[in-house]
Amino acid sequence: MKLHEYQAKRIFAQYGIPIPRGEVATSPTQVRDIAQRLGKPVVIKAQVLVGGRGKAGGIKLARTPDEAEAKADAILGMNLKGFTVKRVLVDEASDIHQELYLGLVIDRARARVVMMASAEGGVDIEEVAATKPDAIKTVVIEPALGLRSYQAIGLASAIGLPQEHFRAFQQIAQGLYDAFIRCDAELAEINPLVIQGDGTLLALDGKMVLDDNALFRHPDLEEMRDLDEEAPAETEARINGLSYVKLDGEIGCMVNGAGLAMATMDIVKHYGGAPANFLDIGGGARAEKVAAALRIILSDPNVKAVLFNIFGGITRCDEVARGILAALEQVPTKVPMVARLVGTNEEEGRAILAEAHMTTARTLAEAAQKAVAAARGLLSVEVVR
Amino acid sequence: MSILVDKNTRLVVQGLTGREGMFHAAQMIEYGTTIVAGVTPGKGGQEVLGVPIFNTVAEARAATDCNASIIYVPARFAPDAILEAADAGVELIVCITEGIPVLDMIAVRAHLERLPTRLIGPNCPGVITPGEAKVGIMPGRIHKPGAVGIVSRSGTLTYEAVAALSEMGIGQSTVVGIGGDPIIGSRFVDILALFQQDPATKAIVLIGEIGGNDEELAAAYIREHVTKPVVAFIAGQTAPPGKRMGHAGAIISGGKGTAADKIKALEAVGVPVAHHPGEIAELIAQRL
Repeated sequence: MKLHEYQAKRIFAQYGIPIPRGEVATSPTQVRDIAQRLGKPVVIKAQVLVGGRGKAGGIKLARTPDEAEAKADAILGMNLKGFTVKRVLVDEASDIHQELYLGLVIDRARARVVMMASAEGGVDIEEVAATKPDAIKTVVIEPALGLRSYQAIGLASAIGLPQEHFRAFQQIAQGLYDAFIRCDAELAEINPLVIQGDGTLLALDGKMVLDDNALFRHPDLEEMRDLDEEAPAETEARINGLSYVKLDGEIGCMVNGAGLAMATMDIVKHYGGAPANFLDIGGGARAEKVAAALRIILSDPNVKAVLFNIFGGITRCDEVARGILAALEQVPTKVPMVARLVGTNEEEGRAILAEAHMTTARTLAEAAQKAVAAARGLLSVEVVR
Repeated sequence: MSILVDKNTRLVVQGLTGREGMFHAAQMIEYGTTIVAGVTPGKGGQEVLGVPIFNTVAEARAATDCNASIIYVPARFAPDAILEAADAGVELIVCITEGIPVLDMIAVRAHLERLPTRLIGPNCPGVITPGEAKVGIMPGRIHKPGAVGIVSRSGTLTYEAVAALSEMGIGQSTVVGIGGDPIIGSRFVDILALFQQDPATKAIVLIGEIGGNDEELAAAYIREHVTKPVVAFIAGQTAPPGKRMGHAGAIISGGKGTAADKIKALEAVGVPVAHHPGEIAELIAQRL
């Protein structure tokens, strides 16, 4: 789960990381009031969960409350990479002397949390990694030991930070590590971490991604979820325990298992179609779950055909077939369906679906080709055996 | 011969008294796996499916000399279950549980690195040596004893490949599902090393997916150490960046972990990559 900048920075502040004075607003007049209260030039920042907000025009400097109101009026409601801006963060503008990067990520290959720092802050860190990999310094953290002060100081020294900032940098690094661990994050970033003209350090921007698997022990953080940032279909999928990702194609896919679901999308593409979604219904495939999945898939108006690919495993295919039919009763549709069931009692399962005028297939390749044809209107919905 | 599990596997089931654990334990017994113990704290002394239940893995190990464990406990208890089995000295642990927090797995991995125990998973279908032992949740009947070793990050996608091979009359030495999480106990390179040493394995299928760089590391390992033919499949060529595709580990982040990169790395070391799952069996048949 991604957090907004203002949410991440509030968490950082709780762990002793200095952040700019600022408040969140949803209307230009609120922005004006905040700017008035702060009594200084402000930066108005769109709160949407996409990167590159500045370049897209979602971050503006305003010197006066009047200017702040006008600029907020332009930002609020704007479309930023597909998201409508509903909220802005109004921060006191800072006197930026130097921009640094500080972040924590999970290093899968090492199976450890690593802290990264760079003197090349303020730009996309992936860009730095690609063009100047030596400019990023890392330390590997042992889970039982946590981040040690020598590691933080080592990073500060390695990126050439002037010595007078070591202590402040170490405190920020420690705060970021504590926030990361206590919140069960999988990413926490301060970019940029700025050195101001007066010599103090400040976290100007903040990014946090939390581990969805750990949210069960953080109900307070779960409450920070912004449903506006999730497609309604994705919200419904999450509530129903389904894994769904919307794509741009025309063939809806309902599959059991994440790997097989990806392979199903790929084979649809291989045969000239385009997948409309990733959807893993998990084990079982009971009627209610299939119905929920079908509703989600059909809520996408681009869907011209639906491909069911169920590898029965231990589940019996006749049960899966009955589940699909029960789901179709709950979610009536004219969109053609192609089903491929494999596993125990698969012939029986196929027969049940064929009787209900569903197109069936034996192999995944056959099913994908039939789904592509169906989406083009080239396959009649009569029984195909 | 085979790897990891065989006729000598003496299995303890952690979470045997739960719904999942009991269902799959019955399936494993039916397949012919020797289950010697179950562990559920507070239920020691009972018997379920004819298997004695113990309160701790250490007690189960002392009484039954179990040498492998399979874990079916919920995600919030699974890290402890893994550590308990490892500390009891169980040689092989297979963790089926999905949804373990990643920081918990980092702590578990760090502890396991100091012990001789091997962990498979979590978030995996388990390990099967056809005709000998099934330690997992895969449908046993689709497998057939033979000479192809399979290692995969996926579940049902693996069944798909296995079923296609068996249908062509090509059996499997051992099939290992290493799991779809970002932090797992054994990775491709670990299992490739075992298959390379196993005289019963004549060819290897590697089934990867987007996220991380384990496939790239596997490619480098194959170039240096694997002399047996290897065939691969990578799922997620149409996956968009930044979106998690079901598995916690299946995500392209910062432009890294794409299917294209993995396919390129494997093809560069002479590993043919199937265009779709159905092609895996054909590619293997050409190389046996």
